[in-house]
Amino acid sequence: MFEGDFLRVLNIDLEHNTFSVRERPDLKPYLGGVGIATKLMLENAAWDEDPLSPTQPIIFAIGPLSGIFPLATKVAAVFRSPLTGEWGESYAGMRAALSLRFAGYDAVVIKGRAPKPTYLRIDREGVFFRDARGLWGLDTEETGRLLREWEPGRGHRSTWRIGPAGENGVAFAGVNVDTFRHFGRLGLGAVFGSKNLKAIVVDGTKSYPIQDPKAYNAAYEKIYTEAVKTPRMAKYHQIGTAENILRLNRSGSLPTLNLQASRFTAAEAVSGETFGAQSLTRILSCTGCPVGCIHVGIYRRPHPEGYGYISTTLAYDYEPIYALGPLLGLDTVDKVYALLDTVEATGLDVISTGVVLAWATEALTQGLITESETLLPLQFGDETGYIRAAEYLAAPPNEFYRELGRGLAQATARYGGTDFALTLGGHEMAGYHTGYAFLLGHSVGARHSHLCNAGYSFDQKHGAAFEDAALVEYLIEEEEWRNVLNSLVICLFARGIYTPEATATALGAVGVAVTPEDLKRVGREIFRLKWEVKRRLGFSLENLRVPRRYFETPSGSGPLDPERYQQLLALYRQRLSEKLGMAL
Amino acid sequence: MKTLRVKDVDRCIGCYSCMLACARHVFRSHSIVKTAILVRTRGGLQSKWGIEICRGCTEPACAQACPTGALTPRPGGGVIFKKAKCSRCAACVDACIARVIRLDDESYPIICIQCGSCARFCPQEVLAMEEQKNV
Ligand code: SF4
Ligand code: SF4
Ligand code: SF4
Repeated sequence: MFEGDFLRVLNIDLEHNTFSVRERPDLKPYLGGVGIATKLMLENAAWDEDPLSPTQPIIFAIGPLSGIFPLATKVAAVFRSPLTGEWGESYAGMRAALSLRFAGYDAVVIKGRAPKPTYLRIDREGVFFRDARGLWGLDTEETGRLLREWEPGRGHRSTWRIGPAGENGVAFAGVNVDTFRHFGRLGLGAVFGSKNLKAIVVDGTKSYPIQDPKAYNAAYEKIYTEAVKTPRMAKYHQIGTAENILRLNRSGSLPTLNLQASRFTAAEAVSGETFGAQSLTRILSCTGCPVGCIHVGIYRRPHPEGYGYISTTLAYDYEPIYALGPLLGLDTVDKVYALLDTVEATGLDVISTGVVLAWATEALTQGLITESETLLPLQFGDETGYIRAAEYLAAPPNEFYRELGRGLAQATARYGGTDFALTLGGHEMAGYHTGYAFLLGHSVGARHSHLCNAGYSFDQKHGAAFEDAALVEYLIEEEEWRNVLNSLVICLFARGIYTPEATATALGAVGVAVTPEDLKRVGREIFRLKWEVKRRLGFSLENLRVPRRYFETPSGSGPLDPERYQQLLALYRQRLSEKLGMAL
Repeated sequence: MKTLRVKDVDRCIGCYSCMLACARHVFRSHSIVKTAILVRTRGGLQSKWGIEICRGCTEPACAQACPTGALTPRPGGGVIFKKAKCSRCAACVDACIARVIRLDDESYPIICIQCGSCARFCPQEVLAMEEQKNV
């Protein structure tokens, strides 16, 4: 956007080792990020083909504020999800957005399958196709270390890579970004693997003159000051998102032991407070964010031979602790770290890993599967089995782990146990058993994530006392607006700062003239386009089943009733059809 | 006059707010390369941070080396840079005792003007403007 009245799209063909840059003025109305990625998906998706077919695209995009405004730190990734078979959307921060901005591209579209393991260097000159045979099979950390040594650009580059899980096509493999952040959800790692793509290094060294320093500095400073000088973002810096463990536990919303309970007796021992006191070593920021929410702790354990200690640094957040802690009954900081260490190294999605292992534990207890499938005993509270099982997920030794690696929607079709498989819309759940709005929001959200529309937040505010219409309205409006934030690819923690007014002002200061109303309209249009893609990829609101477990274990808003849920779903479907003007 | 100091590097969270402030205020650029302050990991994000700044020398070697008078000593430490006089010879780059002067895309040196914008935008008080103590 700084080089003319168009967006620059970098097209990469892995099959033929070629690339081209296209100037696209027509994409401008969709802002950037998920907006333009949705448009590019409509143009590029291979509708009738498997998610892991070489013809499927991977699309990355940033927005007009990326790298130049505080908290506009994420890159949006869009692809056909190997986990759900439909819409795949994921976000990562750290240095990703800044590097892509200063490499000079608004979006990247990657197609084809490289003839041999390859990694890409993307910089201002274009794309370099590099031999990755020496990296294939390596874990995410070692891959990162080597790429840092092999590729120039210290300080302004970002390194995105997969581990064995992605190489082996695990449907919920992620992409590790700069060690501490991830394109985690919906299986982008497997899509990388299917293309023989081990990693991407983005190096950003361009500079662009500021057009209107006065307006820009004023808008920048206003947002910076709100982020730093008001209490608004403080919680993300202090205990961090992990403070949710105790908060959700208190309200009986913390999914525990595969959601057989919604309170964890050992919550205190794996709380954000305990993680902080026992292990926190430093706090980091995504580049361009003055808040610093990335909590890095040290996992220190005695050397197995008894000589001295080994230590590893790992970033923790609420979701990893929920999925590897309470959900699996792991009740100490070190047990959570021990499993997280394996999940990180192999490149699995942390939430899905916790959820599938929790299901497998219960399925084993119920005799749906036996140790001849799991190859080891899985028991709530015992991390040693889970560590081995996570390794098996990433590199399956048998048919069972291969099936489990396709996600629970697949695995339960074969082994049964759907009633206690914690998936919503085919996606393993995030950690909020707060009530109907979470349940519905996670199921109907475009990417089946708590982040689509934050239903949990509605539940926490209203509990059991709400009007059905108000709940539905909230979910739709929230998702519409989040499509705007995700098009500018602003960190969702900053949603309180980037109000429609503040966002319009920020955009105005860099020459994108919009009103808050325009933005809302664009949000709805993107929402509509996403649904167009989702429908073409086979998703329907009609047969959205919710596992019985959610109705057996009381939520933070009290017990939930399947019929009430169905009513809410029907109302949602009707309202969304009206609003988007399409039959759903 | 005050010059820039790194007060407590261990507080740094790697947010680059300082670099972006320098680019914005001094170089009028959206950039992370046009900045006179450099925040770098010492080897991957698992390591600590290192911050490279102009030391605000009272007898600046860069100014002594500059053949055109583009760099002159600034009272209280550091230098004043007059771009119009600069011949882009890079003598200052070689002379800088802190090795912090780099060239931009057009081969002009990126010179710290000791304005303190970076310190003003550091959320962690890693940086500060202070009087030179050892003058
Ligand atoms: S590059 Fe410019 S400022 Fe540096 S020594 Fe040469 S003339 Fe002086
Ligand atoms: S003091 Fe001014 S010129 Fe020097 S690094 Fe800081 S912002 Fe840049
Ligand atoms: S602004 Fe402060 S905390 Fe941020 S990178 Fe610079 S010195 Fe570190």
